[in-house]
Amino acid sequence: MTTTVDKRQAAPTAPTRNSRIGRPHAVWALPAVLFFTFFAVVPMGLAFYLSFTEWDGLGDPRPVGFANWQKLLDDPRLTQSLSLTVVLTVASWAFQTVVALLLGVWAAGRQRNRAVLSAIFFVPFLLSSTAIAILFYALLDPNFGIIQKDTLGSQSGAFLAIVFVGGWQFIPFHTLIYQGGARQIPEVLYQAAAIDGAGRYRQFFSITLPQLRHTITTSTVLMVVGSLTYFETVLILTKGGPGTDTAILPYLMYEAGFKTYDFGYASAIASFLVLAATGLSLVLVRLTGFGTMRSTREGM
Amino acid sequence: MESNRGRTFSRRWVLGAGAASLLTTGLTACGGSGGGASGDGKTITAFVYGDDAVKVQKAGVARFNKSAAAKKAGGTVKLTEVPGSDYSPKLRTAMGSPSAPDVFFNWGGGSIKAYEEADKLVDLTDIIEGDPVLKNGFLPSVLAAGDLGGRHYGIPMRGMQPVILFYNKSVFAEHKLQPPTTWDQLLDINAKLKKAKITPFALGGSDVWPNLMWLEYLVDRLGGPEVFKRIQDGDAEGWGDPAVLKAAELVKELIDDGAFGSKFTSVSYVNGGAPAVFARGKAAMHLMGSWEYSTQLGKFPDFAKSNLGWAAFPTVEGGTGDVRNVVGNPTNYWSINARTKNKDLAIGFLKECASEAYAKDLIDNGDVPTTSNAANLLSSSPNPEYAKFQYDMVQQAPAFTLSWDQALGDALGTKMHTEIGKLFAGQASPSEFVAACKGLK
Repeated sequence: MTTTVDKRQAAPTAPTRNSRIGRPHAVWALPAVLFFTFFAVVPMGLAFYLSFTEWDGLGDPRPVGFANWQKLLDDPRLTQSLSLTVVLTVASWAFQTVVALLLGVWAAGRQRNRAVLSAIFFVPFLLSSTAIAILFYALLDPNFGIIQKDTLGSQSGAFLAIVFVGGWQFIPFHTLIYQGGARQIPEVLYQAAAIDGAGRYRQFFSITLPQLRHTITTSTVLMVVGSLTYFETVLILTKGGPGTDTAILPYLMYEAGFKTYDFGYASAIASFLVLAATGLSLVLVRLTGFGTMRSTREGM
Repeated sequence: MESNRGRTFSRRWVLGAGAASLLTTGLTACGGSGGGASGDGKTITAFVYGDDAVKVQKAGVARFNKSAAAKKAGGTVKLTEVPGSDYSPKLRTAMGSPSAPDVFFNWGGGSIKAYEEADKLVDLTDIIEGDPVLKNGFLPSVLAAGDLGGRHYGIPMRGMQPVILFYNKSVFAEHKLQPPTTWDQLLDINAKLKKAKITPFALGGSDVWPNLMWLEYLVDRLGGPEVFKRIQDGDAEGWGDPAVLKAAELVKELIDDGAFGSKFTSVSYVNGGAPAVFARGKAAMHLMGSWEYSTQLGKFPDFAKSNLGWAAFPTVEGGTGDVRNVVGNPTNYWSINARTKNKDLAIGFLKECASEAYAKDLIDNGDVPTTSNAANLLSSSPNPEYAKFQYDMVQQAPAFTLSWDQALGDALGTKMHTEIGKLFAGQASPSEFVAACKGLK
């Protein structure tokens, strides 16, 4: 804590150094901007363009106006996919937030065992989603796995498996965010609360949670946008099945693109996902007051 | 300060250089022609479905590259193995890009229709007619099975793949059973097996295409090959044929009766789940393509050698289809990309697949080649009895219906898979299945 204060006080005394190095310049952002343009903006624009065409991957795309978007609105599978996606997002958010928040706050302590355990907890995040999905697919094999039940053969089982596997992979990442957030909470707050006689639970609900407000928003936006584009695990664990029980939107997009080769329609689904994800994260940020950048330290 | 400035400069330089080099490599990877090997104009690439059987193609390529024919055409063939489940999307993406293969594996018929319509295929009809090696090298019916509109676009390059009813001989012996020849016998066997707490049939239901085999045979036995022919020719009303509904109802009865056990929707064939259930005696029978033999030989060799039995799909009472009819894949084909850099080389390579040495390699792998000399080679198969059964089965079949998904092509085939998945998962009734299929476009 004291070090932070020191830096702030020191900052105004160093203008000479800053001026010699030069102020942050637009050129510095060039590599990132170029990368973002080439690998995100351009493909997104192309996908949006393709959503107004008919293209089977061979030959040239043929403009068809709003036909794909019309088809999207009329597709009964879209309604199903959309509700599946919402359920998956909400369930994943609830599971991951609760576990990651508790783990993160716990890991924010400074004892040695916590550092070691936190490092171990982080391991799943380092594995690729595909490797994780293949691992769990083997573990869930109804005849030879560790749980010899028809887990992936029923909608509830398949959904729980997807939520659990996703959580197993991403909870470590969010734990890290919460750990960082919890460590930023000034110690004096807890000291003051202790003097006033607040117990651990009271401290958690009255200090830790409110102080982590922005962290929760950040983590939530990442989770929600992540869940909207959740794909590999579904492809490997269930292929959208049983039947169409776990065919969430990104899977529907994959199927339209790379199984039926209807790239125009797949692009319409992709564009819809981009719009939905952007809209949703804007709403989240606004609702939580994150956008106003109000400090959690007001009055301190 | 001086060092500070130096560091800033060098970091900027490093970042810039890094970005530039990454961009360059990225762009090369996008725009190049699949690595330097094919850039010299003398190497052509061949995409092949990468499974256990690919060793036959590897040997064929190696033999061809050393041959006089390759020298004459001035080049060599480079084989690219594509993992099975990714084959179709990878091929489609590559064919629309500058790194397209010159020669590629396919299933004939509907599986190459989109490429034919986009003028991406070499019409091989005249080439085959004008070349005795190709013209007389293959069984005419198999050559024709991969046709589009009466024109040849492919050369057979793998074994025959009829769908066969496999059974576990020791389980059958233990419960004093005989492989069923009629549907009633099949139901009777099911009842006995279930009493003994053995699942009658292994089924890789999460892949869906194994489910399809049941419908293909039942529709054929009930209504003959004409029922699906009508659908294949583009008449979606053909799904309304009573044989389709009846087949779906029989399947539904089997599912409800527990013929596939209670967990089949989460069992896969591709990862070895269903073959293991079958080989370990947890299930007594397995309706599968002829490749089940080589799959079992690879995973459970003892079972494959001593306990694997095979039989034709039974007749169904009241059905009009011939019991000798077969469904499955006649074989796989090589087709040539119309934009190949060296057509002579590609054609030379296709001729290699008509050679005795290539057919011999197929036989050694447990496959039955579709070459006209196949009958003479059967005795040298690792399992001559099985090879002979397969050969006779295909040879004597009045009709060989290509797997529906391959016949319909990717777009329609995938949508049909979805409906079949729903039927087997209990999300659609037989009549809902029929109605949904009629609406497929």
